[in-house]
Amino acid sequence: MLPRVALFIPCFVDQVCPQVGVDMARVLRRIGCEIWFPEDQTCCGQPAFNTGYWQDARQLAARFLKVFDKAEVVVGPSGSCVAMVRKFYPELLHSTFGLEKFFEFSEFLLKYNMEDVGASFPHKVTVHDSCHANRELGIRQGPRKLLKNVRGLELIEMRDSDECCGFGGTFSVKFGAISAAMGDVKTGNAEQTQADFVTAVDPSCLMHIDGILRKKRSPMKTIHLASILASEAAQ
Amino acid sequence: MNPAREFLLNAAAKSVDLAHRKIIRKNMDHYEVRLAEGVARFADWEGARDVCSAIKDDAIEHLGDYLKQFEAKVKARGGVVFWAETAEEARDYVANLARDRGVKRVVKSKSMVTEEIHLTSALERAGCEVLETDLGEYIVQLRNEPPYHIVTPAMHLTRKEIYETFKEKLPGITTDEPVELVAAARRVMREFFFSAEMGISGANFLVADSGMIALTTNEGNARLGTALPRIHVVVTGIEKVVPKLSDLGILWPTLAGAATGQSLSAYNTLIGGPRRQNEVDGPEEFHVVLLDNGRTALLAESEQREALKCIRCGACLNNCPVYRQIGGHAYGTTYQGPIGSVLTPHFRGHDFDHLSYASSLCGACTAGCPVKIDLHHHLLRNRRNAVQNSRPLLERIAFRLFRWTMLSSARYTWFAGIGKKLATLLRGTAFDPLREWNRYRTPPQMPKKSFRQMWRDGDV
Ligand code: SF4
Repeated sequence: MLPRVALFIPCFVDQVCPQVGVDMARVLRRIGCEIWFPEDQTCCGQPAFNTGYWQDARQLAARFLKVFDKAEVVVGPSGSCVAMVRKFYPELLHSTFGLEKFFEFSEFLLKYNMEDVGASFPHKVTVHDSCHANRELGIRQGPRKLLKNVRGLELIEMRDSDECCGFGGTFSVKFGAISAAMGDVKTGNAEQTQADFVTAVDPSCLMHIDGILRKKRSPMKTIHLASILASEAAQ
Repeated sequence: MNPAREFLLNAAAKSVDLAHRKIIRKNMDHYEVRLAEGVARFADWEGARDVCSAIKDDAIEHLGDYLKQFEAKVKARGGVVFWAETAEEARDYVANLARDRGVKRVVKSKSMVTEEIHLTSALERAGCEVLETDLGEYIVQLRNEPPYHIVTPAMHLTRKEIYETFKEKLPGITTDEPVELVAAARRVMREFFFSAEMGISGANFLVADSGMIALTTNEGNARLGTALPRIHVVVTGIEKVVPKLSDLGILWPTLAGAATGQSLSAYNTLIGGPRRQNEVDGPEEFHVVLLDNGRTALLAESEQREALKCIRCGACLNNCPVYRQIGGHAYGTTYQGPIGSVLTPHFRGHDFDHLSYASSLCGACTAGCPVKIDLHHHLLRNRRNAVQNSRPLLERIAFRLFRWTMLSSARYTWFAGIGKKLATLLRGTAFDPLREWNRYRTPPQMPKKSFRQMWRDGDV
């Protein structure tokens, strides 16, 4: 039995790339989950925490957990936001209470053995391993398993797929040049595969990669894993 | 210029220097191949990391006891141990010793601690000629540069640049053949080894139960430098102590594996004191300078003291995507890369807080550290400390406002709407808060509706 899922839509997804949330919701419904959206949610506090403002972050974290108090299972389409909750709340709040019900989207699918969600995406795709998903949550093979079950999709690995793309939140603003140089290396590796799309489980990495690709006028596009999994064959 | 501003400018300059980036890339690619081979030689690399981490944990938790044990053994064998609280005390001790004993020439084997305390210039002021005997270190010495990397100090230089340097500084260099360049350096060094009265080394480990220092090199220079001169001075941080001689059985190969992918470095030496009766070589005097210089202050911070476990293998630098763009000199610190960014604010104060922010927190450093220091999480803690110790007022207010906004979904929705309008309005002007973004990246196309709007409208 699939649980009833509360959607965790990070503020950044809500405002900048809501389609990722929509696509995640579509996939969850397609596999038979009942979903709901706690509308009172705002931000998990990651920006404040990462910049050193733990006092501010602590209040947001407490509020965040309260919003999802009633949820049985919470699923979000962002490795770094879920990592914030599962890996950093313990340090911030000195407690792990109620944190184990939070899942990143691909993690959730695999936990319930949904390796094939009936998607079809006839394109060449390469994967960027988002750092927080990969190193904080150990999400590495999961997204690949899901992609391998997508009809028509050809997965081409890039070199150093697990090297940071250079986003890092405020890092990309405070140290714009270093961040861009890292993005340059990342997009260079991605482009070398001649894939049509680069995908990831973290929309913020993708936004950064996309910004660099478009600045370079590259034909390569970015797409969130949820959007690939939401695609269906044209009837 | 303050260190933060200087770092920002240097790092930006290096980030766009494609030739520089290419050199580091090439070296790091090489390292990755060697590292993979090195790790493959272990039946259980993760297990080795666990053991090394546990050994160093124990060492740091009981640092005082182990150091006392070490000191007693060294003294019993006729060595001298000097506890230096500050860089100045350490420098003065060595410089005075040189002056006292009429030392004219000093050979050094590679040591980051002596860089930390600027020992070479102090000895030069005391009238000594000082020669670095590690080849990489010698090259940067000729160029008047600090080391670029804690393990491979001349990593940033091409063969051609090394050739140019040698041609300028050494007589009779005619080709850029590495063999000849090495031979030329060797001629200079040999001469020095035999005429120097003092040899200075660092220590990779101080072994408590035996009172010995463990030295690791690939060129054998430390052996000559510590055996030939009349006086041997070891300058080392107090955190280098480990409990037992047998610990080296795992520490040595793991250090070599993480640092260069070797199964073991070429020369591993244990030294216990001055020459004893009827021994044919070794120094007449043996001094160990145990440097604190901020280390006990870090030791007092139970939450972050594990940063003292570092065995200076350099793996975190090699793995760091920031280091890979900007290289070692941009940091403006003795210890570069992730471990440098963790330690320097503790050792040198809040002027170096900016380094804790110069990371995307990707965690590649932590993933490779052979003693499992939680490097990127320490960067987060450093950031918290930085904020507690004063951050720009504007930023403080901004986060207060951010918190206030995010504590209510109504306020959040309202501000997000305003924010989007403002961003479009200001784009391209001097007030654009996303200027740094737009400079290097094309901004994302903003959607018409937020997710919550779509949810309410039944679009989901
Ligand atoms: S922090 Fe770890 S990886 Fe970095 S130099 Fe020290 S021991 Fe090596």
